[in-house]
Amino acid sequence: MTASVNDSTLDHLRRIVQSAEPEDPRYRIVETLGQGGMGTVYLAEDVTLHRRVAMKVLRGVQDAEAVERMLREARVIARLEHPGIVPVHDAGRLPDGRVYYIMKLIQGRRLDEYAEASASLQERLRVFERVCETVAFAHAHGVIHRDLKPQNVMVGQFGEVLVLDWGVAKVAALTELRPPESAARGTPCDAPQTAHGTILGTPAYMPPEQARGEVDRVDERSDVYALGGILYFLLTGQSPQTWMGEPGLVPPRQLNRSSPRRLEAIGLKALSAEPQQRYASAAELATDVARFRSGQAVLAHREGVAERLARWAWWYRVPILIVAAYLLMRSLLILWQRR
Amino acid sequence: MPRELMEHDTHIGGWQDRFPSTRRSVIEAARGGDAGDRQAAWETLIAAYWKPAYKYIRVKWQTGSEEAKDLTQGFLAVALEKGLIERYSTQRASFRTYLRMCIDGYVANERKAAGRLKRGGEHRFVALDFEAADRELSGNGLGADPEACFDRECLRSLFEQAILALQSTCETAGKSVHFRLFERYDLTSEVAGQRPSYEQLAAEVGLPVTQVTNYLAWARRTFRRCVMDALRELTASDEEFRAEARRLLGVEA
Repeated sequence: MTASVNDSTLDHLRRIVQSAEPEDPRYRIVETLGQGGMGTVYLAEDVTLHRRVAMKVLRGVQDAEAVERMLREARVIARLEHPGIVPVHDAGRLPDGRVYYIMKLIQGRRLDEYAEASASLQERLRVFERVCETVAFAHAHGVIHRDLKPQNVMVGQFGEVLVLDWGVAKVAALTELRPPESAARGTPCDAPQTAHGTILGTPAYMPPEQARGEVDRVDERSDVYALGGILYFLLTGQSPQTWMGEPGLVPPRQLNRSSPRRLEAIGLKALSAEPQQRYASAAELATDVARFRSGQAVLAHREGVAERLARWAWWYRVPILIVAAYLLMRSLLILWQRR
Repeated sequence: MPRELMEHDTHIGGWQDRFPSTRRSVIEAARGGDAGDRQAAWETLIAAYWKPAYKYIRVKWQTGSEEAKDLTQGFLAVALEKGLIERYSTQRASFRTYLRMCIDGYVANERKAAGRLKRGGEHRFVALDFEAADRELSGNGLGADPEACFDRECLRSLFEQAILALQSTCETAGKSVHFRLFERYDLTSEVAGQRPSYEQLAAEVGLPVTQVTNYLAWARRTFRRCVMDALRELTASDEEFRAEARRLLGVEA
């Protein structure tokens, strides 16, 4: 055989060489699932329990901050037991020092791919509500995600919705997440995890205060902004930052005329530049989306009388049509009897 | 999954154990030892670097195929005649970088002289398949960044050597099915959608899917070892080996 390696095979072989081999014989790498900002996710086999798992391995061992961030991500996820967050089973270090953690293997599509594959608006909103609820749960446990975007949401084969990539999350209650040894060394409990001026996250979905590196101002409403960005994407197929310019955000209806006005208002409220003008929480945002889905008035939009009537008529369109049809038939019958 | 297979396949001991540092550097061998050793070391170096050198000359110096062939052969001859390997110092740069700088110097001189003599006739080199190198360069390869192209070609050459070493290891160990699976799955282009599924492979070789993934895991582990062995051979010091592993492969060795 003459070994000849084309470009695609070259990249594949490079990934094989990079792929992790855990010291623990319990996990065996099967193949690479994807590359993220921090590391690589592999499909691995748990040879003890005979099940397939996902293994996330940090790229490189030199960066102590990245190592700590990865371990913190594992601890954050382990703490957040929720159907919308992938459970972590195990964590450790490879022989070469790289950190890894093992999580449940989820098969599905990223939200951006899912939305592009002709999911209906109602279905997209159902997924969006689940995302909001998961984020609200994390907020209730003192965790701000800080990197919400469609690429970090996965929709499973059975419609389950999972929020991924908690690597840059901000944790309010640090003490519960710290390993016992670091606590014993006397690390200050209130030490900020991200220095002021440090910018973490994805620019397209990043709220202004986060983009300016104002770490102290990043709170639940920063995630609300990113959720607004996700809703914007679900309505327009574009990320909000793409359209951010001097005149401000382009309203979704200018990009997609079929976007409902009330939904547009919800998205724009969540995407307000000033945190005080956004929804106070992800739960409040989810509630407003649920109101829209059930045909009720939404907080983000003040309706005129005509709009209210139109919404009412649309929501009760079936009984209205039945009554109208009955009245029409009845009138025709009366006219026919009089002839 | 059979228990004995699990025990056999899983090897504990860390990367240092898997990538033993006992292999001798061919750069060191090419600089000293007896004539036979030197010749063998030279052949290994040429096998590893002629193709990256040829493609680099084509991309960086925008030469035609024929001119690049002459320059490549001329460079290899000059490198041997003038003792470029002997003059290499591990303190200055990696061998790969040194080689690239030597190629640049050589081609610049040749261009300046503008009357190139054909060299290389008196030396015996390994067969250089320039047509295969040209096929690999087709597409947008000629417009690439020359240094990135050289690095990528060095990596390609390293992998090609490692594949041959893996094949030899599998044949010696009576694990031809392992290599066949590796060849069918990992050496098949995923872009063209030709890569078979594990289930298809299992049906082809008449093994359960779990055994197919076990065999592939063994082959990949052995391939990794072959890659690191080949890289160790092509570097002059432990420090350079680690730096090259990080730069070319993105791993800590």
